[in-house]
Amino acid sequence: MFRERFSYAPFVWPFVIGLIFFLCFFVAAIVRVFKELPQSDKIKFGKSLFTKQTLVSIKEIFMECLLHRRIFQRDPLLGFMHMSIAFGWFMIIVLGHIEVKLYCPNHLNLPYFPIFFRYFVKQTDSTLGGAIFFFLMDFFLLMVLIGIGIAIYKRINSRIVGMRRTTRLKIYDWLALYSLWSIFPLRLLAESFTSSISGGSFLTRGFGLLFDSFVSNSVHVVPTWWAYSTALGVFFIAMPFSRYMHILTEPFLILLRNAGIRTVRHGQGYALTETFACSRCGICLDPCQMVLPGRMDKKATVYFISNLRYNHMETAREMAEMCMQCGRCVAACPVGIDSCRLKLSVKTDNQMGQGDTYLQYLNPASDALPAEIQPVVRQMPEKPDVVYFAGCMSHLTPAIPRAMQTLFKAAGIRYRYLDENGSVCCGRPLMLAGQEEAARQLIAKNTELIVKSGAQTLVTSCPICYRVFTEEYKLPIRVVHHTVFIRDLIAAGKLSTEPVQERVTYHDPCDLGRGSGIYEAPREILKDMAVLQRAYEEKDQALCCGGSLGSNLMPYETRRKIAADAFNRLTFRNPDVLVTACPLCKKTFQDVADRPVLDIAQYVATHLRAQKADAAPVEETPYRAAV
Amino acid sequence: MVNFGFTINKSTRIDYDQASKDVSRYVIAHEPSALLCIGCGCCTATCSAGQFTPFNLRRIQLQVHRGELARLEQETEKCMLCGKCQMVCPRGVNTRHLVMTIHKAMTLYNRGELKDL
Ligand code: SF4
Ligand code: SF4
Ligand code: SF4
Ligand code: SF4
Repeated sequence: MFRERFSYAPFVWPFVIGLIFFLCFFVAAIVRVFKELPQSDKIKFGKSLFTKQTLVSIKEIFMECLLHRRIFQRDPLLGFMHMSIAFGWFMIIVLGHIEVKLYCPNHLNLPYFPIFFRYFVKQTDSTLGGAIFFFLMDFFLLMVLIGIGIAIYKRINSRIVGMRRTTRLKIYDWLALYSLWSIFPLRLLAESFTSSISGGSFLTRGFGLLFDSFVSNSVHVVPTWWAYSTALGVFFIAMPFSRYMHILTEPFLILLRNAGIRTVRHGQGYALTETFACSRCGICLDPCQMVLPGRMDKKATVYFISNLRYNHMETAREMAEMCMQCGRCVAACPVGIDSCRLKLSVKTDNQMGQGDTYLQYLNPASDALPAEIQPVVRQMPEKPDVVYFAGCMSHLTPAIPRAMQTLFKAAGIRYRYLDENGSVCCGRPLMLAGQEEAARQLIAKNTELIVKSGAQTLVTSCPICYRVFTEEYKLPIRVVHHTVFIRDLIAAGKLSTEPVQERVTYHDPCDLGRGSGIYEAPREILKDMAVLQRAYEEKDQALCCGGSLGSNLMPYETRRKIAADAFNRLTFRNPDVLVTACPLCKKTFQDVADRPVLDIAQYVATHLRAQKADAAPVEETPYRAAV
Repeated sequence: MVNFGFTINKSTRIDYDQASKDVSRYVIAHEPSALLCIGCGCCTATCSAGQFTPFNLRRIQLQVHRGELARLEQETEKCMLCGKCQMVCPRGVNTRHLVMTIHKAMTLYNRGELKDL
């Protein structure tokens, strides 16, 4: 049935050396990551092991690392390419080991043995079991070869896999890329030449017969196995320095992430794992508006992460400062790398103040702020239901707070307008600029003011404020963005709107949509009022308006280009009005708009159904003038 | 001295030969949009920090370019980086980064580390 011809050949050495080198590197890297995790994260990880979470992680590893489900969702051909290489290779390894266990159960299983099995063991393909193995091995080999074929073609023409551009590679990447491309064709050659001795199936046997008709197969057996082993060895040695390190880092990243661990500081622990898990697939290039229409190709996340990885900190920092923190690349990343958080951690390195002088006027000992702010707070005699925080940006679009006041009155809600006479900023812009310490001072100040108001609900009009209120403030009261608040008022029958004969498109603000996961509330409101037209890119794919405070460096011209492009893409179905839910988006779009851009609060306030006689009188909303 | 109820103002003459241009140069090199400012004061009018303190971005820019550098480091530490000024600036000056750059330049200058550009 089968006969072991050899159990060792000198050509195994390139492979063995490569493998040992790689494993040492990998183990050292994992030890380092664990050492750098904060104590609390270590405990989290320990607790997550052997729980239901582990099963979830294993499923995710299977779906993402082998089948590449997320890439499939993006582009079927690109997904197929990744899947066929990863899954095919995985199956070849697994089947190889099963073969060894089945046919040579007593054999001392050295790591190279299953790899060069066909050379070592002569086996018959005429029994059913043998034929099935040979067939499966050939089948998965074919699968990998097809994947590699697509990969090679993708380098020439990336559009066939739905990508406008692919990444520029580093020298180690090229080394690893070429050796990866050659591993499987070489394996095919080696097995074909050996097939007349050790057997084969449709692929290897077929090629074996074909070659036999014009070359003498036996002469080529050993050289091709040498070449195959060398390609493997080179790949393993280049791997730790190349993007292919992601193959083994990604499963590890999934385990850490599902344990609830997040980036603390770049270049350490989880962040380090993320940097290595990036496959530089370049999927984040196309969604990034800095690339198109911003024409800053080199600022995309993929290059940021690679700069981080190769420790080009100055370049990485500049890229982090340019990024708008819109999160489109994070939403697209098939590995789930939170690059926005990574970038923030890089920005945090440059703290402006030492803490004692920065924003000193917030300190009650210096009298400037409280004197100005206190009257507003003191004006709150009875306990309001709601405290309303418009936010700095809303003060630049006074129509929004005005509309909100109309709505509060129409719904009969006792509210206090906390920053009516201005207030301190919510702190998120400082956080986005990396000034965490200063931001904490604002957070403390605002928390004090909000809690003092005695209200049970905080309503804000600004998604930027909303995000920091929910993520960083530890407020003992409910925090809602006005989209959700208005939706709930309408649902409770406290507000009713009249139908409008207009086509509207809704624009998802980054911090409200991707940042806070609020997609449905505004759509529910608009669907009932007017004809809601879908934007081509919406929800987690929504565009950034370009006004983002996330970017420190972006020049005005680029912002304007991004805004104009986003506005065109949003209005391609030609709606009558563009509705959004963010003062910053509204203001940015107004600069480039050829039709009204309204906040959802304004839209509802103008189209309120006439109130019952006993309801509170509605203040006239002069928003048209303010548009 | 007899108190006449008025004093003589301190001279506001700026001696450009004496004034340090280093900070100005640094700022322009790192945030070129500083050159676009026309001193209209929109940034100051809308400023969130300006409600509580005499913080004035228009004046700070002027002082940077005139080399009147006393206390500028502390001044810039009043900005909340809220971004309102950036939204209203008619010239598209990248004001938030401008404040950060001035602060950085002043920190270096006060430590004597500002390299001649
Ligand atoms: S960040 Fe994600 S999408 Fe971008 S190259 Fe890396 S793995 Fe691909
Ligand atoms: S967050 Fe937005 S601007 Fe920044 S890299 Fe990602 S897609 Fe580009
Ligand atoms: S608004 Fe712009 S142009 Fe006007 S003073 Fe301020 S920075 Fe200068
Ligand atoms: S960013 Fe600073 S200077 Fe500009 S408006 Fe806000 S507090 Fe004032």
